[in-house]
Amino acid sequence: MAKTIVQEFTKGLWDEIPPFRLVLGLCPVLAVTKTVANGVGMGVAATFVLVCSNILVSALRNIIPSQVRVPCFIIIIATFVVVVELVMQAVAYPLFLQLGIFIPLIVVNCIILGRAEAFASKNPPVASIADGLGIGVGFTIALGALAGIREAFGAGTISVPFSDTVIQLFGPSFQPFTFMVEAPGAFVCLGLVLAIMNLIGK
Amino acid sequence: MRDIIRMIVVLGVMAACGGALLAGVKSGTAAKIEYQQLKFVKGPAIKNILEGCTNDPLVDRFKIKDGEIERSFYVGVFDGKANAVAYETFGKGFGGDIGVMVGVNVEADELLGIGVTTHAETPGLGSRAKDDPSFGAQFKGMSISKPIKVKPDGGEVDAVSGATITSKGVCQGVTDSAEFYTRLKPQIVEQAKAFAK
Repeated sequence: MAKTIVQEFTKGLWDEIPPFRLVLGLCPVLAVTKTVANGVGMGVAATFVLVCSNILVSALRNIIPSQVRVPCFIIIIATFVVVVELVMQAVAYPLFLQLGIFIPLIVVNCIILGRAEAFASKNPPVASIADGLGIGVGFTIALGALAGIREAFGAGTISVPFSDTVIQLFGPSFQPFTFMVEAPGAFVCLGLVLAIMNLIGK
Repeated sequence: MRDIIRMIVVLGVMAACGGALLAGVKSGTAAKIEYQQLKFVKGPAIKNILEGCTNDPLVDRFKIKDGEIERSFYVGVFDGKANAVAYETFGKGFGGDIGVMVGVNVEADELLGIGVTTHAETPGLGSRAKDDPSFGAQFKGMSISKPIKVKPDGGEVDAVSGATITSKGVCQGVTDSAEFYTRLKPQIVEQAKAFAK
């Protein structure tokens, strides 16, 4: 492995930023990015699961028989998802109500299983933590950015994560472009961001 | 053969560890989650009914075992006396059970107010029983010992227009609750005393 720990971390922020470069885990990306608070909340929850499952998968990589590795990964991931669900209910109940079914759905998020299979099961724990953190932070940034664009145009507000504050961006005469907060708006917005990123990449 | 045993053991041990961890987290967060659910689902209704009380009814609560069912009571302290309780009851609505939070003054056996907590009624019609404060406000001052009915049934409550069944369901729920309220009253009064300041 020629890559350093720092490189493992930073690759998740641009080169392999999950929804845009890997185009994985689109279900929560499209569904919960109506507001910045929801998007970032989802990103943080997924990051926690990703880092924890990467640590365990990596630490147990020589014990887990390769024939049953996927069930083992799923047990690890599902356990941490339920932990997140319970903790979120205990400390951030309104966010839990907003995210609803998409919290349990983190279990089947391709990013997390993908990192367990492609990275953590082949690398030592420290590199896996860096990888998990990088991908997780990238995922959170991507969700936050997408949600920011959609919320700004669709509702004219930016909700600050982990507080009740909502910033009004425009004056009272603002007519919300509600298409952006509906499901088709999510696809269009994602497509435009992908196009812009490809343009910059060239 | 050894491989198969190894797979079974590894999977089994992991599942058991996962289960143990979850059981721990679950019991660790149970009390907190219950409080959060109270605060965001039932809280608004309770706060509205026991308006002006000097304590936090969500903290000052107790449970009484009524046969198979465990009923929660939320205490409201007024003028230093714990003379108001709120509890939840259910009535049959148009789209399913309606949860109704009922506030009672235990000294006068009078209703302090009611508030709908959970329902599956038609949005815009039946849901107004929850969203329109003037509906719940009518119940204030009524006696709990008499059946409460909507006007078409010979009672005093103005039904929400377009939602007679919902309104009847709420009244039915309140009337039904009088039965266990009367039966449990000695216990309620006894337990509520502990919260007086």
